[in-house]
Amino acid sequence: MVGRLPITALDRKLLRDLWEMRGQAVAIGAVMAAGVVMFVTYLSNFDSLQRTVDTYYERQRFADVFAMLKRAPLSLESDLRAIRGVSVVDTRVVADVTLDVPGLLEPATGRLISVPSRGRPLLNDVFLREGRWPEAGRPDEVLASEVFTEANRMAPGDSITAIINGRRRRLTIVGVALSPEYVFSIRPGEMIPDNRRFALLWMERRALASAFNMEGGFNDISLRVMAGVPVEEVIADVDRLLEPYGGLGAIPRRLQQSAWTLDNELVQLSTFGFIVPAIFLAVAAFVLNVALARALALQRPQLAALKALGYSNRELGWHYFKWALIIATLGSIAGVIVGTWLGAQMIELYNQYFRFPSLDYRLSPGVAATAVALGFVSAAIGAASAVSRAVRVPPAEAMRPESPARYRASIVETPRIQRSLGQGARMVIRNLERQPMRALASVVGIAFGGAILLVGFGFVDAMDVLIARQFNDGMRQDVTVTFVEPRSSSAIHGVAALPGVMSVEPMRAVPARLRAGARSRTLSLTGLEPDPDLNRVIDQEGRPRVLPPEGLVLSRMLGVVLGVGPGDVVHVEVLEGRRPVTPVRIAGIIDDIMGLQAYMDIDALGRLMREGRTVSGAYLQVDPAALEPLYARLKLTPAVAGVAIREAALTNFRDVMAQNMNLTIGINVVFAAIIAVGVVYNAARISLSERARELASLRVLGFTRGEISSILLGELAILTLLSLPCGTLIGYGLGQFIMTIFQNEVYRIPFIVTPATVAWGWLTIISAAALSALAVRRRLDRLDLVAVLKSRE
Amino acid sequence: MFTARGITKVYPMGEMEVHALRGVDFDLFPGEFVVLLGPSGSGKSTLLNILGGLDIPTSGHVVYRDHDLTTAGEAALTEYRREHVGFVFQFYNLIPSLTARENVALVTEITKHPMTPEEALALVGLGHRLDHFPAQLSGGEQQRVAIARAIAKRPDVLLCDEPTGALDITTGVVVLEAIEKVNRELGTATVVITHNAAIAGMAHRVVRLADGNIAGVVSNETRRGAREIEW
Repeated sequence: MVGRLPITALDRKLLRDLWEMRGQAVAIGAVMAAGVVMFVTYLSNFDSLQRTVDTYYERQRFADVFAMLKRAPLSLESDLRAIRGVSVVDTRVVADVTLDVPGLLEPATGRLISVPSRGRPLLNDVFLREGRWPEAGRPDEVLASEVFTEANRMAPGDSITAIINGRRRRLTIVGVALSPEYVFSIRPGEMIPDNRRFALLWMERRALASAFNMEGGFNDISLRVMAGVPVEEVIADVDRLLEPYGGLGAIPRRLQQSAWTLDNELVQLSTFGFIVPAIFLAVAAFVLNVALARALALQRPQLAALKALGYSNRELGWHYFKWALIIATLGSIAGVIVGTWLGAQMIELYNQYFRFPSLDYRLSPGVAATAVALGFVSAAIGAASAVSRAVRVPPAEAMRPESPARYRASIVETPRIQRSLGQGARMVIRNLERQPMRALASVVGIAFGGAILLVGFGFVDAMDVLIARQFNDGMRQDVTVTFVEPRSSSAIHGVAALPGVMSVEPMRAVPARLRAGARSRTLSLTGLEPDPDLNRVIDQEGRPRVLPPEGLVLSRMLGVVLGVGPGDVVHVEVLEGRRPVTPVRIAGIIDDIMGLQAYMDIDALGRLMREGRTVSGAYLQVDPAALEPLYARLKLTPAVAGVAIREAALTNFRDVMAQNMNLTIGINVVFAAIIAVGVVYNAARISLSERARELASLRVLGFTRGEISSILLGELAILTLLSLPCGTLIGYGLGQFIMTIFQNEVYRIPFIVTPATVAWGWLTIISAAALSALAVRRRLDRLDLVAVLKSRE
Repeated sequence: MFTARGITKVYPMGEMEVHALRGVDFDLFPGEFVVLLGPSGSGKSTLLNILGGLDIPTSGHVVYRDHDLTTAGEAALTEYRREHVGFVFQFYNLIPSLTARENVALVTEITKHPMTPEEALALVGLGHRLDHFPAQLSGGEQQRVAIARAIAKRPDVLLCDEPTGALDITTGVVVLEAIEKVNRELGTATVVITHNAAIAGMAHRVVRLADGNIAGVVSNETRRGAREIEW
């Protein structure tokens, strides 16, 4: 046939048409790319993280079950080993101490963990990054955690001072290490890792045992469980064995602090990896549908002619379908490229948050292929209805000139309004009203841009709320002091006498296992004064909750985990002191921000413990001028196990969140702008093509450029303005939805947007719309009057 | 070649019904040149659409050789148009993004025994404007590209709807010459719609339509060449 043409004439038409509307194609492709970027970014991170975690756990022999206890003799090891299903038992000595870190005014916390004098730990092996292993017989040598040495700019050879039993002991860092047990290392009771003030220190077992009177004994065990054996059974056996030795309740790997945090993050990444791209791709499909439907409406005469020439619906359908697929291909490829880049940036954040021997970014072919496939699917969905509707045009239409569009006076035009409207405004309103579905589609499209923006900005507000609740409403003490052992309430007087202390509130924390039917959780029961001034129990709105004289108040999430509500009874198994086991009524559930908290009136808790008023810590309000002497005294007080400082926690929290948020918000703003520009630009360009003739006629009749611009752009302005409230509504719903998914056992953050956030979102959308309008206005100015009027549409 | 019997076509138009054709009988013979003459709304376009497989009658029968166009489905009609019919539209309906050659190739690529686009364009005297886009061609040239596109497939029937309707006399004559040439040299049966009685002189047979009925048929003893036409 026509061998000289390398591609068919129809394909040429496709390419030239695409080139002609390249602006629109790019706008749609960009929206699609945004969805693919999100997918690739999140899922490649999930994939890289999961892969790294699995390898790390495997290589360093991360244990399956963990338990802490007061003290047990080494002879108990064989009994533990004899438990059915246990293959490896490793016992350790672990103790928290106060640290005096050079250059740090306030006291820090160190967790001393024993390592065997010879050989490596059987489980939870330490990864030595730098330096060497402590030498046998050198009790002053330690390995320090990498995040701590980094934060304090320390290296092997540097030393720190630990306050062990009231005596200052100089420890020399000989190596920098990491552990699978502390991929995420956080001081107990804090929300965000504070790497400057929390150190993991690995010390030779003999030295550590002798410092804490643990010779011939241990206070921490890790177990490896054989495949196929239910972990719960092993845990029950372990708990039975450890009970006489002050066992604090064994936990499976999935509840181990670091592993649990990682799991929560992984689940979140994978859910986000699907939900957020799904939203973007749905928007892209929608925009593509609207744009294609309108572009094809312009091609109606051509379509009819092609059908008259003998092209079938299938051939023409495929022709226009390819239009969408080409955009999807380019969008997907761009999306994978940008997503890979962004993914690599994001993994850098994880590298600061979670510590592995190496966390390398890897984009698996599977993720890339799925991303491209999703791009195609959304393009196909978007194109399908537009194309199938368009090719149904009867071919006989090719023989007819287009009849003038049907207009009528719009319903808003009462005679009075009509008089006040200019000719231009009347055209704008009638055009919108003539095709309400089309106007609605544009409004919804732009609204999606606004919605995504609102969600992005909303995260900042949510973080502000979190900070306000946690640090302003709840935690109003300047300093929290925890004691090594529970002490009588007279210890409070001692604390009150410390330099600069203006007021003190007692706190009692009791390790316990809460059981409700088959469900249980091991945690710390917090006993507080019923209506405290410093550390208060607050709900999401920041309202303080007065603790009832009897019964437990649980976080909403803990209620969910245990499947209990107000009035239900849980069995409290205390894991300390006389270890009472008592049923306790749930007096209330609190809608709070933190994950899993259980509160009780401090006196009720004392009665439950069958002891007088004891305290395990105190909340202090301090004169800022006296901080220095206070810290100096606390560093040297043997009874003090830890000191938490509100200001430091707040700064640290802000820093970490700022890092995370800047990236997320940056992404959101860029992508929302892409959507807004994409939709507005498309709407404008197509309106321009549709009405070029009409507008050119007006120019010939003597209308100025400004006047015809205002007809076209006025329409866009109305669409944009209508979209603003819709976008806020959709965004609010979307934000609620995402926050519900975002909720895990760590946080429950409400989705709250301030009026300022809404305003910023609107401003951004208006700017994006104005930008597109400007681009269209430039085209309008170049409108070739003669050419437009001569050619029949 | 065509046998149409008792064709009616009714369009619903809101609550009214428009009777475009009210029982028309029509025949077309191989190699014949027929002009359909009539005022607007007389039903001539509807008849042409039905002959061309663009539309189906409300009642009656249209048979093209052994194809019954009345009962043919969408796919069969597409196949029929593709293989047998060449269309020339009043407004040319060229694809603006394709050159003259490519517009013709659009058809030659999907039919069985086409001429080359170059041959077809040479036939209408446009051998020198192969790579021009529609926007770079005059109205008459565009219409001749449309004719080349219609005849490149060597159709059995060429259907032209007001081919000179948008053209001035000089250009119109050139277009009519091209149609005449195709009819004469290729022997393609040709139906031309016009409301311009002057063109009727070119035809073997002139069929007048009025208000959906055939008002009269006149066979020309002597035909006039396109050059001799004036309006």
